Amino acid sequence: MITVQNLTKKYVGKTVLNIEQLEIPKGQSFGLVGNNGAGKTTFFSLLLDLIQPTTGHIINNEVQVDQSEAWKTNTSSFIDETFLIGYLTPEEYFYFIGELRNQNKADVDALLSNFEDFFHGEILNQKKYLRDLSKGNQKKAGIVASFIGNPEVVILDEPFANLDPTTQIRLKSIIKDLASKQGVTVLVSSHDLIHVTEVCERIVVLNKGEIVKDIETSEATLKELELFFSGKEESQEDVSVS
Amino acid sequence: MFKSFSKLQWKSFFRSSSMGKSIGIKIVMGFFALYFLGMLAFVGSSLFFVLEKAIPNTDPLAIISQYLLYWVLAELFIRYFMQKLPVMDIKPFLILPIKKSSIAHYILGRSAVSFYNFLALFFFIPFAIVLLIKGYAFLNVSFWLLAMIGIVLSINYINFIVNKSDKALISIASLLVACYSLEYFEILPIKEYAGNIFYALYANPLYAIIPLAIAGLSYYFNYSFIRNRIFLDASLKKKATEATSSDLSWTKRFGDIAPFLQLDLKLIWRNKRTKTQVFVSLAFAFYGLFVYGMEDMGMGSGMFVLVGILMTGVFLMNFGQFIPAWDSSYYSMMMSQNIPLKKYLEAKAALIYVSIGVMFLLSVPYVYYGWDSLAINFSCALYNLGVNVPLILFFGSKNKKRIDLNKSALGNMQGTSATQFLVALPLFGLPMLIYGPLAFFVSSEVALIALCVFGVVGFALRDKLLDFITNAYRKKKYGMIAGFKEQNS
Repeated sequence: MITVQNLTKKYVGKTVLNIEQLEIPKGQSFGLVGNNGAGKTTFFSLLLDLIQPTTGHIINNEVQVDQSEAWKTNTSSFIDETFLIGYLTPEEYFYFIGELRNQNKADVDALLSNFEDFFHGEILNQKKYLRDLSKGNQKKAGIVASFIGNPEVVILDEPFANLDPTTQIRLKSIIKDLASKQGVTVLVSSHDLIHVTEVCERIVVLNKGEIVKDIETSEATLKELELFFSGKEESQEDVSVS
Repeated sequence: MFKSFSKLQWKSFFRSSSMGKSIGIKIVMGFFALYFLGMLAFVGSSLFFVLEKAIPNTDPLAIISQYLLYWVLAELFIRYFMQKLPVMDIKPFLILPIKKSSIAHYILGRSAVSFYNFLALFFFIPFAIVLLIKGYAFLNVSFWLLAMIGIVLSINYINFIVNKSDKALISIASLLVACYSLEYFEILPIKEYAGNIFYALYANPLYAIIPLAIAGLSYYFNYSFIRNRIFLDASLKKKATEATSSDLSWTKRFGDIAPFLQLDLKLIWRNKRTKTQVFVSLAFAFYGLFVYGMEDMGMGSGMFVLVGILMTGVFLMNFGQFIPAWDSSYYSMMMSQNIPLKKYLEAKAALIYVSIGVMFLLSVPYVYYGWDSLAINFSCALYNLGVNVPLILFFGSKNKKRIDLNKSALGNMQGTSATQFLVALPLFGLPMLIYGPLAFFVSSEVALIALCVFGVVGFALRDKLLDFITNAYRKKKYGMIAGFKEQNS
C-alpha cells in the first residue's frame, strides 16, 4: 500500500529523517514510536505531502504523493488540533469533511451513529464550537472525522494523548477493527508503548530520524521496547556477548 | 514584586509577535505612530493660537473647556472597543507565591501607563506650555493639567468597569448623541454648562481634587472587583458563546462551490475580526459623503475613480487581501484533503462578487450628486469585478502569515506583510493608469467605458485567470503550510 524509498528530510543541513526503505502492506496496523524529535510527525507530514522531501519519495497506492494528488481520495488523517476548523460545530465539521470526500449528510450520519459510544455524549448536539471543546473532545472529533469517506489509509498522530481512559480503550478496539475487518491500513504514532503494542501488528522505532527497530508485535515486544527506551539495551547486549 | 512584574512585561513586549514582524511593517507602523503623536503635539501647541484668531475676544481655554465633555464621552466610546483589561496574562502567576492583591494592583497600575493615556497627554502638555507662555497663572495651569491627567485616568478605569456590558456602551453612545442633539436644536446649551464646569478646573486649582478623586474611586472599584475574581473560572475564563447552527442549504444552488461558500460565510460570521470587517465595509458606503460633498473637485478628476474603486471594493480589499490566511489555522488539513483548489478560490471570488454588488447598490443614492457618480461607481464596480478580484486572489498566493481568528479585530495587524502593501499599488494604480490618460486626452466618458471594458473582459476570462491563480497556489503550497504554522507571525 505504502512504499518509502530513500526518503530524507533535511533542515539547514541537519537530517531529521532518513528512511532508506519501508513497505507497509494493505490492511496493516502500523505503529510508529520514538522519542521527541525522532521524526514521527515529519514522516507523517511527508506522507501527507505537507512538506517536501529533500530526497526520495513515498508511493501511496501506486501514486507518488508529491507528484499527483490522487492519493488524497483514499487517505485521511488527523495530525493535531490544527486539522479542526474552530468556528464550526462538530456536526458541521463532519458534514464539511463529508462533502469533501463525496459523502452526503445521510452517509455521515450513518457513520457517526457507529461512534456514539466513542463520543460519550460529549460531541454531538452540544451547541458548542470546536474551539470551545476540551482538548480531549477535540481529539475525538478529529479522529472520527478521519474515518469519514471509507478511507483506505488512516494516519493518526498520537491519537491516545489527551484521551480519557474509557475513550482510549474504545479507540483501541476501533483501530483494531479498522485494520482487521475492513482492511484499512492504519498508521499510528504514540508515546505510550502499551497502547501501541496492543493495537499494532507491526511496530517501527524511529530514533533521530532513522529506523532502528522493525518488530512484528508479539508477547515479548513490550519488554523489548521498554528495554530499548530505558537506554539499557546496549549494555545488556554487551553482557551477553562477554 | 512590581519590579519583576515590570521586567516580565518588558520581555513580553519585546519578544512578542508584534516585534517579530517584518522590518517593513515595523517601519510603517512606527511612522504612523510617530505621525499621530506628532500631529497631536502639533495640534496641542497650535490650537491656542488658532482659537485666538478664529474666535477673538474669548479665552481659548474657555472654548476648549466647552468641548471637553464631548471628548470624555467620545473617548469612553472609542476605548470600549480598543482597550481591554489585560487579565489573561496573569494565569501563570496564580499558583506562584504572589499575593493576589499585588497582582490586582499590578494589572491596574500597568493600564495607567497604556498608550491610550499618553495620547491625551501629547495634546494637553503642549497646550499647557502654551498657556504658561501666554501668561496664564502657573499654579492654575499646573493644577489644570493635573486635573486633565485625573480625567484621563478616570476614563481609563471607568472604561474597565463599563467594559463588561453592552448596555453601558449604548448608554454612552446615546448620551453622546443626546448631548449633541440638545445642543444642535438649541434646547439646552450643554456646551456652555460643561464649559463652565471644566473651566472651573482652571479657575480654582482646588477643584483638581475632584477628577483625581474620581480616578482614585474608580481605581478602587476596579481593584475590589478584580481582587475577588482572580480565579480561573471567574474573570480569566474566555466566554464560550453558545453555538448556533445555521442552515445554509440555500447555498446548494451554487453547485460545487457550496461547501466552501458555507464555510466562508460561517468564517465571516462567527469570528470577531471578519465580522468587524463586514461592518467596516458597510460603513464605507458613507465614504462618498465626504468626497462628493466637496464641490471644488470636478467629476473629471481621477479622485472619484479612486473613491469608486474603494467604495465598491472595500470588502474585496479588507477580506481579499488575507486570502487564504483566513484559513491558515487549518490550512494543512485543507491541503491533506481532496479539495478542488479551484472551487475553493471560486467560492471566495463569489463572495467578493456579491459584496461588490451590495456595495454598488449602497452607492446608488449618490446619484443625488449627479448622474456622473452613478456612472463612475458602476464602471468601478465592473472593473473591481473583472480585474481586481483575480488580482487580489493572485496576490493571496504570496500570503504566508498566520491569522488567529480568535484575536480581536481592531488594530490587529496579524497576517500583514509586504504583500498587503504591494497589492494596493495595482489595485488602485491600474485603474488610474487606464482612466487618467484617457480622461485627459479624450474624455471622461471614454475613460469610464474603458474601465467597464476591462472589467467585462476580465470577468469573461475569469475561468482562465482562476486556472492560472490555482496553479500559483499549488506551487506555493509548502511555503504557505510552513508559514501558517508559525504562531508568531
